[in-house]
Parts: sequence; structure tokens; C-alpha cells
Amino acid sequence: MTEMNPTSAATRLETPAEVRNEHVQSFGQAADAVERVEGRQFNIDTVDHAAQSPDTEMPWAELGLKRNEFDEVVKVLGRRPTAAELAMYSVMWSEHCSYKSSKVHLRQFGDKVTEDMKKHMLVGIGENAGVTDLGDGWAVTFKIESHNSPTMVEPYQGAATGIGGIVRDIISMGARPVAVMDPLRFGAIDHPDTARVVHGAVAGIGGYGNSLGLPNIGGEVVFDSVYQGNPLVNALAVGIMRHEDIRLANASGKGNKVVLFGARTGGDGIGGASILSSESFDDTKPSKRPAVQVGDPFAEKVLIECCLELFKGSLVEGIQDLGAAGISCATSELASNGDGGMDVELTSVLLRDPTLTPGEILMSESQERMMAVVSPENVEAFEAVMAKWAVEYSWLGEVTDTGRLVIKWDGETIVDVDPRTVAHEGPVYNRPYARPEWQDKLQADSFRASAAGADLPATAEDLKAAVLELMASPNMCSKDWVTNQYDRYVGGNTALAMPDDAGVVRVDEQTGLGVALATDANGRYTYLDPYQGAQLALAESYRNVATTGAVPMAVSDCLNFGSPEDSDVMWQLAEAIRGLSDGCMELGVPVTGGNVSLYNQTGSTPIHPTPVVAMLGRFDDVARRTPSGWREDGQAIYLMGTTRDELDGSEWANLRGHLGGKPPAVDLAAEKLLGELLINASRDGMIDAAHDISEGGLAAALSEMALRFGVGARIGLGEVCERDGVDLFTLLFSESQARAVVSVARSEEVRFKDMCGARGFPFMRIGVVDTENGALDFQSEFSVPLAELKEAHEATLPKYFA
Amino acid sequence: MTETPLIGDFSPAPDAGLSGARIGVVTFPGTLDDRDAARAVRIAGGTAVSLWHGDHDLQGVDGVIVPGGFSYGDYLRAGAISRFAPLMDQISEGAKAKHYPLPVLGICNGFQVLTEAHLLPGSMIKNNHLHFLCRDQRLRVENNATAWTSQYEAGAEIVVPLKNQDGQYVADEKTLDELEAENRVVFRYVDVNPNGSRRDIAGISNAAGNVVGLMPHPEHAVEAGFGPDSSAFGDVALRGGTDGLGIFTSVLTKIVAGAK
Repeated sequence: MTEMNPTSAATRLETPAEVRNEHVQSFGQAADAVERVEGRQFNIDTVDHAAQSPDTEMPWAELGLKRNEFDEVVKVLGRRPTAAELAMYSVMWSEHCSYKSSKVHLRQFGDKVTEDMKKHMLVGIGENAGVTDLGDGWAVTFKIESHNSPTMVEPYQGAATGIGGIVRDIISMGARPVAVMDPLRFGAIDHPDTARVVHGAVAGIGGYGNSLGLPNIGGEVVFDSVYQGNPLVNALAVGIMRHEDIRLANASGKGNKVVLFGARTGGDGIGGASILSSESFDDTKPSKRPAVQVGDPFAEKVLIECCLELFKGSLVEGIQDLGAAGISCATSELASNGDGGMDVELTSVLLRDPTLTPGEILMSESQERMMAVVSPENVEAFEAVMAKWAVEYSWLGEVTDTGRLVIKWDGETIVDVDPRTVAHEGPVYNRPYARPEWQDKLQADSFRASAAGADLPATAEDLKAAVLELMASPNMCSKDWVTNQYDRYVGGNTALAMPDDAGVVRVDEQTGLGVALATDANGRYTYLDPYQGAQLALAESYRNVATTGAVPMAVSDCLNFGSPEDSDVMWQLAEAIRGLSDGCMELGVPVTGGNVSLYNQTGSTPIHPTPVVAMLGRFDDVARRTPSGWREDGQAIYLMGTTRDELDGSEWANLRGHLGGKPPAVDLAAEKLLGELLINASRDGMIDAAHDISEGGLAAALSEMALRFGVGARIGLGEVCERDGVDLFTLLFSESQARAVVSVARSEEVRFKDMCGARGFPFMRIGVVDTENGALDFQSEFSVPLAELKEAHEATLPKYFA
Repeated sequence: MTETPLIGDFSPAPDAGLSGARIGVVTFPGTLDDRDAARAVRIAGGTAVSLWHGDHDLQGVDGVIVPGGFSYGDYLRAGAISRFAPLMDQISEGAKAKHYPLPVLGICNGFQVLTEAHLLPGSMIKNNHLHFLCRDQRLRVENNATAWTSQYEAGAEIVVPLKNQDGQYVADEKTLDELEAENRVVFRYVDVNPNGSRRDIAGISNAAGNVVGLMPHPEHAVEAGFGPDSSAFGDVALRGGTDGLGIFTSVLTKIVAGAK
């Protein structure tokens, strides 16, 4: 607290805690009206006061706004903003909330859509989460979001509240959340700071998700030094509902009441969206720890049940969760999506910390809060539900027909804005972008031409060692140490979870109707070629869902990139979005929502561009799902697809410290055909196991299939090498796309071969399941005992983190 | 045990004769596995009745399950707040009744609630490795004379999911000796002690055998297709383990057999 006025030491300015000290002087001199509310003293900057003091200096830069943006606010309002208005605009116009750098590119997701792709889309991009029709009156909503910066600063709370936020998005749509997933990317496994982030993030995700009763059904764990200063914690939630239960975020109907319920508003997470998530990390700035929210999963669990009861009784007209930008976001979005305006009394907000200023209350990102619009006749019933679940609430105001969002502090107007200018009409930038000058050189640097690429394992002994090294490597090793800290059973509907290709959850207990979900990304591929890399992430997620037997239906994406103010990064982002939207069009799967996370860089070093694609698929009956491992002795093992010499960007090249060249070729037509074959084979009961081939190539796929149930196989690859014109190492380690391995019962072999043959998809029998040999036996080449493989595979994470 | 159904045939045919038995499943704020416990009762053939912690009425149920979860967030000590719920008075009274000691099963957080309510001795502390752990756990049924284990052979082994953070069973040596002497250790961890529990104890009963608590989750091993990948009774299909079903059929059978 500054000593600026000895006679009123308790007087505080309506400026967020972090920047208060620096700006108290200039701003304080102008703010002369001291209000006393319930013992609190603030210099209240009212709208009238703002109009009368146009020349007051405002701390716009410290709140994350640019000069031109502040000027725009003044233009929009026709006067300088009040301190509270400035707080609102600063968070709502932040990169995190406004998508100002990505918006011009993101439009492609809405533009590149055919009528056919809209067929099952009940709610598209723009709402809290997209909604897809599952048939039989069921609908599913899912979304993936980032919580990267908070996790770096405070891993446990950052990751925990990532789960909390995405789950509230799902509740806001009217759905019951049924599962979560979390793609995670950390720095180098042996870096001293990595364990801090890994322990915190994993415990946070588990601590929050497990306490909500949501099974964690999959995700990714990747280690790469590019994420050292900027770990990526993405969180996905999926929910189900009946069609009639879909809820949207809007405030309509003059006289309807606006209510805030759930946890109280505290001082945590102030500036989370603007200061923390919309700027790069930089050692010269003060700690951003206060900008991280603190989670209370119990409050959220109660909120879930309480909201579902409100929906059941049709007690709310509109509902919005409070996430980034807190009350600023909820009031402006509800009001601007509705047909009128909204009047709110801010002193009615229940506080954890009674010293918060109006601006802080508007910006606070305290978790586990929801805002709803309730018609007067439902007020009593609403309050009864709150009482049943012991949830605190306060009535803040009502919907008006003025078209204005008016926020008062003890009766005095401190905000008077057109809500659309806050929520939807923020700045939009056409940021300059250009293909980096280093890109050509990077792509010319192929692995084959490198020293390690010229010295590849060839002898039986070396190949066996290579398989063991690959399967023990940080990215290919067993992730059990992580996933065993998550509850995968709760709910009783989990039909598949990690380590299978996708998580599968039953929706309808009577029919077995259900959904499959997979998330995928490859930062190295995307670094080598952003357009193609994004399509490769899409292809892999599509393949993973189809491999389990589900029909891919919808995409949610989480685009993790560096600073948009860097033209190289901006090019990566533009290319990735173009690639992803083109790819979705070709596969016929719409993007229904997602999130963009920029400024993931430390100093001038950005992360690899990492577009994470979450694919949702549908099962008529989850009983038909296909696991990723074989079990039955004597079943035939088939390789589907062809293998090219594609080692650039591969896990093997990564193990040898090489990153250059071009990523594997994308063939979405082949992916689509492979998907159809896998889905048909699953439906008709032709295959008992299927696993896609991706990172780590055929070597990883066969190893994982054998380890899934601890059952060995005899494999012969000579014919495939000959057919595809590659050597054994390349066949095992190349990461060519549109490939999968399946196991087929003897009685189904003819049917399976006929099906592949009729569709002209390449396939070849490469082995037999062997329940006796206890090994992955590459006949006449080398053999890897399963015990040895298992030990190598499972020892890595405990070695570093247990 | 009945043979595990093949994939595609999810529901073991329930014994229609058991449907008259009504089992209450209690929901506290923060309870998570209540719907799962109710489903287990249904799959076993019984009728599940949901009970609200704040009510004073057991609705005439024949048995009660206090399910798993994080009631009140486990922010104080697991179960420490829930034991004061109005319904817990009814449950305690019923459990101690002379003419019909109400069968009560506490699973995970429910077990913690029952110890806090002094219906069962001992307590659970944080796992010795300090992590939440989810795994398919092998248990031995040490005592098949309780209300909840009569359908198993004594000494039978079962595989059911375990998932918790505070699962380490502790009690003083005297209590542990008493439990052993009175054959009140109902379930013991086999192969691996997953959390440092004293004497590998996974579940115990009261002296009368009507109240049983265990940390693992039998309600997650009742439906083929959604259970563990393995069974102690032989090979099963993918997620085909239903070894926990016997817990629920035990109590239903006992109720229907007219123990009331």
C-alpha cells in the first residue's frame, strides 16, 4: 500500500493489486471522490467523474492494453473509461479472451464447412462449447482448452483449474460432464525444473478431476526441451445431454433476474487472462503468481449437481460460467448475446476478501462460479435448489431493454457500456506474417543426410537394442505413472481408456450408444511444416478414433503457439489453421469449438507450434469397441497401409537429437478409407485388436500391442520390406501415415482380406499371435522378450518422478 | 460365481427373486460413486433407493451402501464431516439394532465415514506413497460369514478396482489383534499392498458382521465391458471382470432369505 495520503491510509484505488503501486500517484490525484461502503473505502471513479476528468492518466499499459486499443476504448465510449470500465476492456480485449490475432484466420473453420458437415451440428463455434447430435435424442458437447501459463507459474493450481474451467464450459451448455482428458507437454525429462511441473500438474489434474467424479480417459504426455519454460497443459471435457436440455449463454427478457452463485469472489486470478495468458514470460517482470486461480473441486462438484437440478426444473433462462475475465466476461457476454441490456449492483457480489476494489471484483478469476438469468416466477424454486446443495448466491440485478450494460457501486454508475463492444467487438488484427527465412534450410536438413542418419542400426543385435531404446524413451515409454493417478472407473461407463487409442464412454445404458475421444499433436512435425503438421495431428486423431471402431464426427482444437507479434510464429499459426480447416473439410468433420493459446514463449524463443486436435467419434454400441492389444493365440496379424522412407521429425531422429527435413506425407483420402475399413471391421466383428501407427512407427505399434495384455507374437516383415522397397530399420521406425496393425481371427481372415481388397487398400499378413513364446519375435531377425520390453517401457517415468 | 458374459451381453441375468430387496445408496455433497453403487445393486437384481444425507428417513430400506467419493471435499479428514449428517444417525441406529441389524456397506469414502461414525474401528490416512492410485487390485475374501460376503468361498480371491488418495488403513496394535482374533478382517490385499495398510487390510466388519467397510470399489467390477481387464476366476473378455458382484448378491440373497 502506498503512503500517498497519510490521512486515509486505507484508501485504495480502483486499480488491480499488481499495478496499484506504480500508478497510484498519477491516477490518485484525480480520483477525489471517496466512497465508504460497508467499511470499505475506495476512490470511486464513476462514469460522471470520468466524463468530467478526461485528462486523467489511466494505467492501460499495465493492464495489458496497447495505446491504439486504449484510444479505441475512448472512441467507443466517447469519453475516457472509468477505472472499472478499463479493467473490463483490458481483460475482454486481451488476446486470451478476444482472439484478436487469430480471429481473421479462425474464420476458416466456419467458412470451410459443407452442408453435410453441418448435419449433426446442433451448436457450432461461438458458444461455450459445440454440441453434436448423437441420435436417439442424445447430444454430446466437448471442448479442449489450454491452461499453460498458470501451470508454469503454479503447476498444481494451474492444472487443476484448467480441468475446472473446461468442466464449467460443459455444464453451461446444459450437459452432465462425463469424462476428461489431458494432453500434457513438459520440458526435457532430465531438466531440474521438469519434475516440479510434472508433479504439480499431474497431482492437480488428478486432485481436481478425481474429486469431481469424472473419469480421465486419455491424453498425451510429451517431453521436449522446447516446452521447458512453457509447458502445455490442455484439458478436455465431454458432456452429454438430451436435445431439449441444451442451454445457451444469453440474457433475455426484461425484468429477469441476474444471479451469481457458487464460490465467493476472491483476489485470485486477477489479470489471469490479460497479464498472465496474453504475454510471453520474461524474467524482468514481477512474479505472476497472484494471477493464478486457486481451485476448490468440492465446490465445483456441488455446482455440477446443483446446475443439473436447475436445468431439470427449467429454472434458468440463460447461464454462463465464470472463467477468464470473471464477471466482466459473464455480464458482457450474457448481455450482448441477449436482446436487451443488464443492470448490475456490484456491491451485491459475495466476497472472500472484503477489501477488493470494483475493478478487482470485475477482473477476478476466482473459480467455481456461475452466472444465470432467472425469471421472477422461478426465483423461489431457484433458491430452494441453492439451499438443498448449500450453494451461496446473490442477486446482482436484472435484464433491461436499454441495450446497455450498467454496473453500479452502491448506486453510483461505474460502468455504462454497450456490452457488444466489450464482448464481441474488440480489436481485430491482421498481424503480419511471413514464411521464416530459416524454413527452407530446416526442411533441407534431412535426417538421412545427418551423421546419425548415416549410421542406422542394421544388425539383429542393434535392431533389438533400438526397439528397447525407443520403447524406454521419454515420449514412447509407459505413461502408467501418470495415468494411475487418475480415476478411470468412476461413472461406470468407461469402455476404453488409456493406453488404448481412444477413450470410450457409454452414453445410453440401454442401447450401448457411446462416444470415443482422442487428442493428438506433434510439435516437431508442425515445426517442420505447419500446414502439414496440423493435418497430421488431425489425421492421427481421426485414425485413433476410427481404430477403436467409432465414426469420427467432430473436432475441437487447442492451438498452442508462441507470440503472434513475431511474424514467423504468426505464419506458423496461419498455416496451421489453414491446414486444419482444409483437412477437416476433406475428412468431412467440422470444428465445433476450441481455444487459441498464444505467447507460449520465453524471451524470443517460442515453443514448437503445437495444434492439439481432439476428435470425437460415435458408437452405435460401445460393446463393439476394439482394444489396442491382441490376446487370442493363433490370430493373424495384418499391417494395413504402405511404408515409405519417412524418418524426418520421427521419434528415432528425436532420440538422436535431430530435427529437420519434411514431416511424413499426408494423404487424407487414404486416412478416410483406412478409417472406414477399421470401423466396418469393428462393426462386423472381423478384428479383435487394432492399433494405429504413429510416433515410433511400426516398432512402437507392435510393442504396444504386445504389451497391452502381455501376449507375444511371431512377426515376419520380409515381404513388406520387399513390397514397399524399404529396409527393416525403415519399416520399423518410419512414421508413414494412414497405417494400422490389426489382429484377425482365423475364421474372419477371408472376409477381412476381401474387404480390404475390394476397397483397394494395401494390406499384408505380417504375423501370428503367440500366447506361449513370451516375446515379440521378429523371425529370422531378432526377438525381444516381453519381460525385457515391459521393464524398459515401464521404468522410465518412475525413474525420474517416483 | 456365474460365468462372465461375452462381449455384447453386458448384463448378467439378475435373479428376479431378489428384486424385493431394497438397498439405499446415500448421497452426500461430494459423493461420486453413488450412481455406480445403485447400478451395482440393480445389476445384482435388487432395487436401489437413493437416500439424501440431510434427510431423517431411511425409507424402510433393507440395507444401506455409503458410497465412494470426496464428501465435503475431504478437506478436513475424510468422512469427518459426513458422519454428522442427519441420516447417519438413522444408519448408526439401524446398524446397531437388535432385532434386525441393518446391513451397511461403506466403500472407500463410505468406509472412512463409517470409521468416523465409530461403526467400524481404525482409520484411513494418506497412501504411504502420497499419490492417488488407481489400479486393478487383487483381494482375498478372508471372511465369508458377513452380510456382504456370503456368496464367496472363504479364501476366494477377487479383482476389483482400487482408487483413492487416503487408503492406508491404520489402527492400534490391540485393535488389529482383536480384528484378527475375531475374524473381522474381511478383505486383505494380495500380491501388492497398494497403500501401506496395516497387515494388508483392505476391509473389515463389525462384530456382528452386518457392517462392512472396504477401500477398493466392488461396484466397479459388476458389469462386463466396464470392469477390470482381469478376474481372479479365470480369463475374461476386455474389461470383463465382474468379481465384485458377489458383494451385492450376498446382501440381496440374505435379505430375501428372510433374515429380516
